[in-house]
Amino acid sequence: MKEIFKRHPRYAHAPEAFEGMPDNLWVRCPQCRELLYAKEQESTLRVCSKCKYHFPVSAHERIAMTVDEDSFREYGQGVRAADPLGFRSPSQNYSEKLTEYAQEAGTNEAFIYGTARIEGQDVVIGAVEFKFCGGSMGAAAGEKIARAMDLAVEKRYPLVIFAAGGGARMQEGVISLMQMAKTLAALDRLRDAGLPFFSVMVDPCLGGTTASYAMMGDVTIAEPGAYIGFAGKRVIEQTIRQKLPQNAARAEFLQEHGMVDLVVPRAELPATLGRLVRLFVSCNREERRPVGEPARV
Amino acid sequence: MVSLLEFETTLRPLESELEEARRVGGNGHVDSAQERLTDQLRRIYSDLTPWQKVQVARHRERPYTLDYLQWGFTDFVELHGDRSFAEDRAIIGGPALLNGRSVMVIGHQKGRDTRENISRNFGMPHPEGYRKAERLMRQAEHFGMPVVTMVDTPGANAGLSDEERGQAEAIASSIATMLALRVPTVAVVIGEGGSGGALAIAVADRILMLEHAVFTVASPEAAASILWRDAGKASEAANNMRITAQDLKYFGLVDDIIPEPVGGAHRDHAAAASSVASAINSCLQGLSELPIDELLAARYAKYRNIAFFSE
Repeated sequence: MKEIFKRHPRYAHAPEAFEGMPDNLWVRCPQCRELLYAKEQESTLRVCSKCKYHFPVSAHERIAMTVDEDSFREYGQGVRAADPLGFRSPSQNYSEKLTEYAQEAGTNEAFIYGTARIEGQDVVIGAVEFKFCGGSMGAAAGEKIARAMDLAVEKRYPLVIFAAGGGARMQEGVISLMQMAKTLAALDRLRDAGLPFFSVMVDPCLGGTTASYAMMGDVTIAEPGAYIGFAGKRVIEQTIRQKLPQNAARAEFLQEHGMVDLVVPRAELPATLGRLVRLFVSCNREERRPVGEPARV
Repeated sequence: MVSLLEFETTLRPLESELEEARRVGGNGHVDSAQERLTDQLRRIYSDLTPWQKVQVARHRERPYTLDYLQWGFTDFVELHGDRSFAEDRAIIGGPALLNGRSVMVIGHQKGRDTRENISRNFGMPHPEGYRKAERLMRQAEHFGMPVVTMVDTPGANAGLSDEERGQAEAIASSIATMLALRVPTVAVVIGEGGSGGALAIAVADRILMLEHAVFTVASPEAAASILWRDAGKASEAANNMRITAQDLKYFGLVDDIIPEPVGGAHRDHAAAASSVASAINSCLQGLSELPIDELLAARYAKYRNIAFFSE
């Protein structure tokens, strides 16, 4: 009798793994729990086909997804973090950690940049590599971001940056904090040169990253669902002693509150950036202001 | 008598001796008791650990921006509001006279007691505070007034409503504006320089730091929780992150250290304020002599050339 009233599961549960199944054949969407065929991930730009969750991608992948095929030329690969504070603690030795980060991330620092073309138009493009120490802005990463800005000024190309990361890097102390000032000083020169900066904020984009160059884009773009803000979710929850709603400080929430211009799905980004570059550059062939003189609003 | 910190307990018997000497009378006794006390204070304060400096920088009797305005400046007129949303009492500002010169003073402001601390949010600004600061900076630029900032905050407030109103944008914009101001700028870290919330008003031509002030990338508690998921290791984080005025001077991140009265600024507000005022004044004298374009080029180079990487 009991059997009849017992609730049967309405859906069959997809097993986590079959015996003998290769580990990397399927990936599970962390948002809707759908099982996705790994091979299709590349053609879908690592976006869940069911709920449109945007999976994290590496800095190199991001640039490749956005620019014209084979147009990216990387600069500044030799810039690496030092260990200026000699940061030691029983559990962590920063200079050894740096080697680990580089192996995990496949980049020398938490930021890569270079020149590329978007819909045939020259740009300087950079991206934060989250796998390198959480994409944090140490002195080397900050230097590379500033150099991307310098390169844009030198070549007179628009600048596109995929901004992400937790912000400052604890192991470099106030030196890391000062990268906020460094990147903003460099960005001021780009502004003086009349060149546009398109900031694309991707998950997660926090702290010293948002509170410096990322929020200062001439156009600010956010990837759907990206957590963007000054404080991290955990910190806010501790401050207000409440659980945050699911959408809080996500891209759509920020747009609703007037903090970003556009929320653009990954697949539409090349076309959006292509159009923006055309719009902002066609009016601006000549240098309008001498370098060093600030723009007047 | 000021309240004692835990590493100052050896002062207690000396303080009672001094009190006793005062009660009994006799100048000789008072002087020698005073001398023993001062010696002990000097000994303790010449050898503070970074974590002890954090406690001095957070001392509830430490002078705040308004105290420096009272003792070191004259004719201060506080201006209020960001003209967009609200007045934020965690950052104060307005014009004042320093040695006969009009300057725009902007600083974080903590409260002296619980009630004032609640109204000032413990010196943790909301976006409106930074927008007010930026408004006052632009006003100073318009009238050719040098900008003087006083840095003393645990950090920017971290609430959801701050995110809604653009905390990150407010800080970024304040830094960008301050870097481009066409007037001389001097920042003084008077207590706690906590993270981005401090940097928002700290990117000046000259950054000065009081002898026992600290400047951190994140509060020691937050850093410990980020690094080791354990806020209880705050002292370890403080001792590792090079947060003291002396460390930051060594790295060239601050330009000068302003000595504090023996036993810390909280023991003598007037003396601390007079040192601070004269340090700012001599900075401004030097900076005002430079043509503005040279000043801006030097300021750009100061921040753009912060290195500490390898290549």
